[in-house]
Amino acid sequence: MRETLIQARGLSFRAGGRDLVREASLELAPGTTTILIGPNGAGKSTLLKLMTGEAKPSDGEIRLDGEALAAIPAWRLACQRAVMAQHARLVFPFSVYEVASLGVDGVGRAMTRLRRDALVGESLAAAGVLDLAGRAYQTLSGGEQQRVQFARVLCQIEAGRSVASRQALFLDEPIASLDLCHQLALLDMARAIAARGVAVLIVLHDLNLAVTYADHLVVMDQGQIIAQGAPAKTLDDALLRQVFKVDLSLSRAPAPGLPFLLPQQHRLTPAA
Amino acid sequence: MTLAARTTANLPAGLATLIAGRRRRALLAGGALTLGCALLAIVAIGQGAIAIPPARVAEILWARFTGDAALLDGRDVLVVMNIRVPRVLLGLLVGAGLAVSGALMQGLFRNPLADPGLVGVSAGAGLAAAATIVLGDRFLTGTLMKLPFAVLPFGAFCGGLISTLALYLIATRQGRTSVATMLLAGVALGALAGAMTGLLAFISDDRQLRDLTFWSMGSLGGASWTKLSAIAPIIIPLLLAMPLLARGLNGLMLGEAEAYHLGIPVQRIKALAILLVALAVGASVAAAGLIGFVGIVMPHLIRLAIGPDHRLLLPLSALGGAILLVGADIVARLVVAPAELPIGIVTAAIGAPFFLWLLLRRSGPLDV
Repeated sequence: MRETLIQARGLSFRAGGRDLVREASLELAPGTTTILIGPNGAGKSTLLKLMTGEAKPSDGEIRLDGEALAAIPAWRLACQRAVMAQHARLVFPFSVYEVASLGVDGVGRAMTRLRRDALVGESLAAAGVLDLAGRAYQTLSGGEQQRVQFARVLCQIEAGRSVASRQALFLDEPIASLDLCHQLALLDMARAIAARGVAVLIVLHDLNLAVTYADHLVVMDQGQIIAQGAPAKTLDDALLRQVFKVDLSLSRAPAPGLPFLLPQQHRLTPAA
Repeated sequence: MTLAARTTANLPAGLATLIAGRRRRALLAGGALTLGCALLAIVAIGQGAIAIPPARVAEILWARFTGDAALLDGRDVLVVMNIRVPRVLLGLLVGAGLAVSGALMQGLFRNPLADPGLVGVSAGAGLAAAATIVLGDRFLTGTLMKLPFAVLPFGAFCGGLISTLALYLIATRQGRTSVATMLLAGVALGALAGAMTGLLAFISDDRQLRDLTFWSMGSLGGASWTKLSAIAPIIIPLLLAMPLLARGLNGLMLGEAEAYHLGIPVQRIKALAILLVALAVGASVAAAGLIGFVGIVMPHLIRLAIGPDHRLLLPLSALGGAILLVGADIVARLVVAPAELPIGIVTAAIGAPFFLWLLLRRSGPLDV
C-alpha cells in the first residue's frame, strides 16, 4: 500500500512571463498526509492545481498510478480524487443539502438514491453541518460554508470508493475561515481519511498545525520546493527565517512575559 | 470512521423530512404546471373571433386523436385545426424554448440576469431580420422575392446563429470558453447590432418601417402548420436535451474548476448549451419576432417555488414559459379585439414590472 499514488516530476508553470512553479517534484502516497506550507505567493495553490489536473503544467509530468494525468477523462478522475478549493461562491440559492449532494450526483451514479441520500446525511453530520441542511448556502457564514464544502468533498471521496480503491484528497487552505475547534476537527477527519489509505494533500498556513498533522511536510518558496520530508527533520530555525521572514524558534518556549498559545487537542465530538 | 462503517441507509430524521418536502414540492409544482398548461391551451384554442366553448375544443381534439369522424363535422373543426391549434402550439413551443434558453444562459453564465437578449443572440437575429425587410427589395430579385415570409425567418435564424458563433469564437482561447468575456462581448455585439438595425430603420421607407416595427414587437399571428414544422425540429431537441445538461449545470454553479473536479465534461456542456440556445432563440425569433422577458421571468419564478436545481428548473421553466406565452397571447387578442396587440408588448408589460419587483424584494445586494 506504500506505493506512490500520484507522482509529479519536474513540474513548471509559467503565466504572464513569471514562473509560478519551477521544477517541482512531489509524490503522494496512500495513507500519508502531505502538508504544503510556504509564504503568500509561493506557488502552493498553483502546485495543487497542477496536481489535480485543473491546470496543465508548462513543463514536467504528473502520473496517477503510472498513467499520465492529462490523459484521464474527468469522470474517471472524479472517482479517484476530490478537491476542496479555497473559496466557492454560489449565485443561486442552493440549499446546504443540494451543495453536498453535488459530491455524489455524478460519482455515485451507480448507487441507489437512498444510499446517496444517506451518504449526504453522514457527510453533513461528520462536517457538523447537518442542522443547516435546509438553509441556503449563501446565507451561511464563511466558516459554515467551508464546512459544507468539506462535506461535499467527503461525499465525493466516499462515493468514489465504490468505484476506485486508490484515491487522493486535495484541500486548499481548508481551515482558513474556521474557529480553532473546527480547525482541529477538520484536520483530524482528514487524517482519518488518510488512515483509510487515501493520499491527502493539504495546503496550510498555520505552521504549528502543519508540523502536528503532517506525515510529510513540503516547504515552498518563490515557486520552488525548497525542502520536504518528515516535519521534525525538515524544519529548522534558519529555514523558517529564510522562507517566512519571521524569527521563529522551533520547539522552544518563547521569551518570558510573552503570551503563548499552543493548540493541543480539540474538544469537538463528531455530531453523528 | 463512521462514514466507512455504515453500509445501511438510515437517514437522520431532519434530513428525511427535508428530502421528502423537496420531492413533494417538485411533484406539486410539476403537476400544477402541466395541468395549467393543458387547460390554458384548450381555453386559448377556443378563444377568438369565432368563440368555441372549451368542452367543444376538447371534444374536437379527442375526436381527432381517436379518429372519430362523426364529431369532426362543422366549421369550428376547420378553425380549430387550421388556425387555432397551430397558433397555440407555436406559443407553447416558443414560450418553452425561450424560458429554457433563459434558464440555460443563467446557469451557463452563473448570473441570474443573463438572457439570450443580453448576449446579443436576439439582437443578431433581429439585425438579420431587419436587413431582410429593408434591403430585401433592393438585392433579392426573382423567385426569392415571392417568398418574403420564408426569407425573413431564415434570415433571423442565420443572424442568431452567426452572432452566437462570433461570440463563441471571441470568448474561446485554447479550447476554453471564458464566460466573462462572452458576457461583455455579447453586450458590445448587441449594441453594434442595435446601431445597425437603427441605421436600417433610418434608410427604410414607410412600409418597411411598419413591417420592422411590428416584427420587432413579436406576434404569434402568422402561425401555420408549415411554420410549426420548421421550428419544432429545432426547439423539441432542446427540450429533449435538458436532462443531459441539468447535472452539468448544477456542478457549474460551484465554478468551472469545481465542476471539472466533480467529473463534469465542462467544455462539452458549455458548447452544447450555447449551440442549443442559439438554435432555439434563432428559431423563436424567426417564427414569432422579438419577444422579451419570458427567458428571464419564468426561471426566476420557478427558482422561487422549487429552488435552483436544474433537474427540476429546466423542465418546469419550459412548462411555465409555455403557459406565460399562451396566456400573453390570449391577453394580446382580448384587449383590443377584434384587432390584436403585438405579443412582445404584453410580455414586456407583464415582465418588466415583475422583474423590478423581483429586484426590489431582494434582501441583500445583487451579486453579478
